[in-house]
Amino acid sequence: MTQSNSRIMLILFVVVAAVVPLVFASGYQLFQLTLVVAYALSVLGKNLVTGYGGQVSLGQGAFYAVGAYTAAILMEHFNVPYWATLPVAAVVTGMVGLALGLPALRLGGLYLALVTFAMAVAVPQLLKYKLFENWTGGVQGIVLNKPDAPFGLPLDPDQWVYLFTLAVGVVLFVAATNLVRSRIGLALMAIRDQPLAAEAMGVELSRYKTLTFGFGALFTGVGGALGAIAVGFVSPDSFSIALSLTLFVGMVIGGASSISGAVYGALFIVFVPNLAEEISKAIPGAIFGVILILFMFFAPGGIASLLSAQMRRFRAAR
Amino acid sequence: MKRRTVLAGLGLAGVGGLAAPAIIRPAMGATVVGVTKTEIKIGHIVPYSGNASSYGVGGRSHSAFFKRVNDMGGVAGRKINFISLDDGYNPAKTVEQARRLVEQEQVAFLFNPLGTPTNTAIHRYMNQRKVPHLFLATSADKWGDYKAFPWTIGYAPSYRTEAQIYGKYIKQQRPNAKAALIYQNDDFGKDYLHGLQDVYGKDFDKTFIKVVTYEASDATVDSQVVTMKDSGAEVLVTGAIPKFSAQVIRKAFDIGWKPLHIMSNVSASIASTITPAGPEKAEGVITSQYLKDPTDPDFKDAPDMKEWREFMAKYLPDGDTTDANYVYAYSVATLMHIVLKQCGEDFSRENIMKQASNVKKVALPLLLPNMTAATTPTDFRPLKQLQLARWKKDTWERFGDIIGA
Repeated sequence: MTQSNSRIMLILFVVVAAVVPLVFASGYQLFQLTLVVAYALSVLGKNLVTGYGGQVSLGQGAFYAVGAYTAAILMEHFNVPYWATLPVAAVVTGMVGLALGLPALRLGGLYLALVTFAMAVAVPQLLKYKLFENWTGGVQGIVLNKPDAPFGLPLDPDQWVYLFTLAVGVVLFVAATNLVRSRIGLALMAIRDQPLAAEAMGVELSRYKTLTFGFGALFTGVGGALGAIAVGFVSPDSFSIALSLTLFVGMVIGGASSISGAVYGALFIVFVPNLAEEISKAIPGAIFGVILILFMFFAPGGIASLLSAQMRRFRAAR
Repeated sequence: MKRRTVLAGLGLAGVGGLAAPAIIRPAMGATVVGVTKTEIKIGHIVPYSGNASSYGVGGRSHSAFFKRVNDMGGVAGRKINFISLDDGYNPAKTVEQARRLVEQEQVAFLFNPLGTPTNTAIHRYMNQRKVPHLFLATSADKWGDYKAFPWTIGYAPSYRTEAQIYGKYIKQQRPNAKAALIYQNDDFGKDYLHGLQDVYGKDFDKTFIKVVTYEASDATVDSQVVTMKDSGAEVLVTGAIPKFSAQVIRKAFDIGWKPLHIMSNVSASIASTITPAGPEKAEGVITSQYLKDPTDPDFKDAPDMKEWREFMAKYLPDGDTTDANYVYAYSVATLMHIVLKQCGEDFSRENIMKQASNVKKVALPLLLPNMTAATTPTDFRPLKQLQLARWKKDTWERFGDIIGA
């Protein structure tokens, strides 16, 4: 496929993703789709760190929480409009990511996984902590107002929030695609695959590893902020360790080193648990597990790689 | 310009599509959703998965309860369609499930959704949508706020009600004693502070000479117990979760402090409070109850206990009949059933809410003897009575009369 072709495909996809749900989806479905975009951004952040950067992070949920709380606190205590909270959430989570990227230099593999895991365990407790309680609302969390459509657009809040979230998502996905194709992306993959060779070629390991952590956190944080705006509520119980594991599942199912994989992964983590519950209320967890295993069996490289393999076969047949 | 028109048109089409779903309007201003000539759709949310999944039995009990209602002919000739969803105690998921029930499944109302943070997440949504949010499975006091949230109503005695009852008891038993209070520094704990302040008013500071707090994330409350003892207080009220209640009991015993100790009934669990503290150290501690304990020999032959056991045997043969969650669920489901019967033929959301807030004193099964549930349009707290119980050797012994707040 040529460059211009893929651009047309992208524009088509975005138009369809924006228009079709507005016409056909109910408020509830729009809400789910909004969550898909928010989770897709978060999984994308994880893809950058783990899929492209090769660093195992189990604590991506912590960045999601930081992004969500940044947005919520700004809206609740400083009357910042919801859209203006996103850049701040991006900067804050990016900084937190950079700071955490420092130990990432010293710790490799499993140790890093543990440190990030510890972070995800700690964050819900910190959110309840007395010192921050005036800001975070403690266990009670913060209830947010749903934004109305601006400029008198004839959209209800669900439709508007979806469009807004989708727009932010598209911009960040394009940015991530460019990032991965840039020198930074190439350097990252070089480090992941052959750290020694990469270093010998003049790639500065520490710099790139820290950067990835920062970027990964940034994407996940913006996803968290968008999720908080859509849900209209944040509390420590919303960001338990299960969230980090869910994002991990999304990454693996979607396809770890793929940009589009983040979207498939997000669709999976939003819709499959409900599907599992439809099948059996008694053992939704077990059903979810079985579906997970089936996916790993039939799409071992993630949905993205399965699809691109199909696409190649289709083109070869033509 | 052109594009904007198209977009506006699409938006309008979307809004029209949203408003279209089957809303029948029988009377002026009345909204009937989720009820047909043959069916009443009820929504429910509970954690079937995750850390709080032990509460999932509530959902299983309700499903069985409404199955029995249907087997006996339903309500006003309609079968109950009870849809119970899992939120894993994650408030973000609760929002999703509540919206699914309200917008997708088009239920008439939500019944008994569980948890304080989870219900907080949907509190505003339910009231904006004007969907009844009935008999919540959480004891926070804020569910009684009928002015700001006229579509939400609680069930069990709130922590604040509980503290008011403790205050009355202390006032009566030890009118001149000095007291101390320890509470968890959040909405749950503060309900105890507020309840005692309700009773003592201006005299609160004179009576409660030492008030201390702890954080749920703290490791221990030992130092707080020592300062309370040093204040010379002879009465102690503990508004805490089991882990910390156990520490208070143990530390007070170890430093030789023997106050009249009243402890929140959240911590009444033998397994998670009394055993870790040491049963001998808990001797004389007082808490409160409103449900019949299924293991209590006093109630072995009580008619409501028999009715419940028959229900369990027939509809939930593998359910654990020592699990108090089943007792709780049966009592609250009965209240729901009563409200539905009270609706007559009018199942508009307005009338369902009206009936839920006009329950004349009714003795629900499995409440302690002589206890009743009642609501009025200005009283959204169905249960307001408790009976005190004292820890003696290896069991809670109920004593005294039923006390109302």
